[in-house]
Amino acid sequence: MNLDQINPILLIASLMVAATPILLAAIGEAVVEKAGVLNLGVEGMMITGAVVGFAIGVNSGSPVLGFVAAAIAGAALSMLFGFLVLYLLSNQVATGLGLTLFGLGLSSLIGKPYEGMKVPTLAKWDIPLLSDIPVLGPILFNHDPMVYVSLGLVAVVWYVQKSTRAGLILRAVGENHDAAHALGYKVIRVRLMAIAFGGACAGLGGAYVSLVRVPQWVEGMTAGAGWIALAIVVFASWRPWRVLLGAYLFGGITVLQLNLQAAGVAIPVEYLSMSPYIITILVLVVISTRGKHGAPGSLGRIFHASH
Amino acid sequence: MRSVKTLLASAAMAVGFAGAAAAEDPTKVGFIFVGPVGDGGWTYEHNQGRLAVEEAFGDKVETVFQESVPEGADAERAITQMALSGADLIFTTSFGYMDPTLAVAAKFPNVKFEHATGYKQADNVSVYSARFYEGRAVQGHIAGKMTESNIIGYIASFPIPEVIRGINSAYIHAKKVNPDVQFKIIWAYTWFDPAKEADAAKALIEQGADVILQHTDSTAPQAAAQEAGNVITFGQASDMSEYGPKPRVSSIIDDWAPYYIARTQAVMDGTWESVSTWDGIGAGMVGIGDISDAVPADVKAEAEALRDALSSGEYHAFTGPIMKQDGSAWLADGETADDGTLAGMGFYVEGIEGDIPQ
Repeated sequence: MNLDQINPILLIASLMVAATPILLAAIGEAVVEKAGVLNLGVEGMMITGAVVGFAIGVNSGSPVLGFVAAAIAGAALSMLFGFLVLYLLSNQVATGLGLTLFGLGLSSLIGKPYEGMKVPTLAKWDIPLLSDIPVLGPILFNHDPMVYVSLGLVAVVWYVQKSTRAGLILRAVGENHDAAHALGYKVIRVRLMAIAFGGACAGLGGAYVSLVRVPQWVEGMTAGAGWIALAIVVFASWRPWRVLLGAYLFGGITVLQLNLQAAGVAIPVEYLSMSPYIITILVLVVISTRGKHGAPGSLGRIFHASH
Repeated sequence: MRSVKTLLASAAMAVGFAGAAAAEDPTKVGFIFVGPVGDGGWTYEHNQGRLAVEEAFGDKVETVFQESVPEGADAERAITQMALSGADLIFTTSFGYMDPTLAVAAKFPNVKFEHATGYKQADNVSVYSARFYEGRAVQGHIAGKMTESNIIGYIASFPIPEVIRGINSAYIHAKKVNPDVQFKIIWAYTWFDPAKEADAAKALIEQGADVILQHTDSTAPQAAAQEAGNVITFGQASDMSEYGPKPRVSSIIDDWAPYYIARTQAVMDGTWESVSTWDGIGAGMVGIGDISDAVPADVKAEAEALRDALSSGEYHAFTGPIMKQDGSAWLADGETADDGTLAGMGFYVEGIEGDIPQ
């Protein structure tokens, strides 16, 4: 056992990379749920984004194009969900689960020809001057661009929800869709946009796994990251900065656990692996004893203009 | 519950009668896979075996498979479903299917089952596995010779005898050629999770490992090693040659096709019996993938000599003197390990640091 074998700078840097896919998917889902829709199809949209991003990345030779295509694919798939849920008034839970199963199947169909291929990956930005700062430089200023995109998205979502009219409408629709409808807001249109945004984010998160973190296409490669993203949204009480915290906590424990093992620390692996989930449960307990759930009032409820 | 049992029993009988009545029907062979057939490793090779069965028997055989079946209660459901659908022979291809396979086999006495890498047999359940540890010996030799940092990273899956045997065998042979070598072991607790495997490989590389051995099924660690640069790896279960000549410098290849064809033939002939098969390099069940030019010629020659000695049986991968991790004696000078001890191996050999998780 030798703790000084763990380099904390490298640890924090790889934590950020490990957390980025979950962060992207979770921030998108947070917006969807803020609009009052529960989309359990995150995993399906992520894996579809992963395969489409990979395929386009391989064919075009450009990982950036891959990311764009992944976002479009995720959004397109989420529109299927949006149509079923908002226009055909189907059950959100069942439809979301169906979307995940559909996405998993679709992705392995698309991905068959791409197994074992290599893809050009995103180069790390070596930001001049800033990346030379000791300690902070390697942690903050030596990543691939998507890490900064994910952080930027969190900031934008936070700002839009807190300080803009659009954000206020989004929250109104999510808190009480009947009241929002009575005020003349287009509930369905707002929700469709939120769902598309969530799908695009999930697609980006998936593409980050297949284009940067792994980087290759393997069937089922997101391996449950979409479900963790859903848990993080609850953990974060639907607040953007807490989503960031939750994602980095999850990512951090994943990476830390592996590093502790490699250094030979005698903490049973099982405890470390379950710790993020235990923390989520604890947070839920604390939130509910305080009586404030923070969940949008209309979350998961079907909206029909006649009510 | 009772009605379910009755239902299952009558279904099993129906299957049995149907089999007897229509002998002209193709033999139905089922496969239960732990990962997707496109994993590029373990499940990929089992699926190659399935395809070889189809090719060998043509119209006389029909194969079905279910992929990504979780180990545990879900597996029992999947195996039951396959037996109910009329399969005559079912291969369950992961260690964690051991008890589910036996439970289902007890309900379907007329269906033959074959469980990979387990140790529990029954009248209609055979077990089969390959002596992967022979391949690990060759890997250990190359790893010990090639490492410059003297740190070898090992991504392990679950703490079961098969995985522990691999670690021990690789360590013994790395230590033999490089007394300063150190193993860092990460237990991933998964057979297949590319993101986690990539993270594990990165963590090991960050802590100084310049050789990565893996006992998980995806090619993600190969990609991580390639990105890191000066790190070598070995293909696991499948050749993974797309990562050669570097980082992948060699591989262990599982070749299940001859076994699957022979067992299917036995079912067709009615000669199938419950057996325990454990074959290695000699019988062709374990192959050593081409050793690439990234390995110096003399090391390559030594590794090939080791492979041939293991193949002919003149050398056993566990030949004494070997002590256990706690310092107690295991094998005396020149003594070789018996299959019983190997099959249930639950200890590290002397020199490996850390504990096997319980």
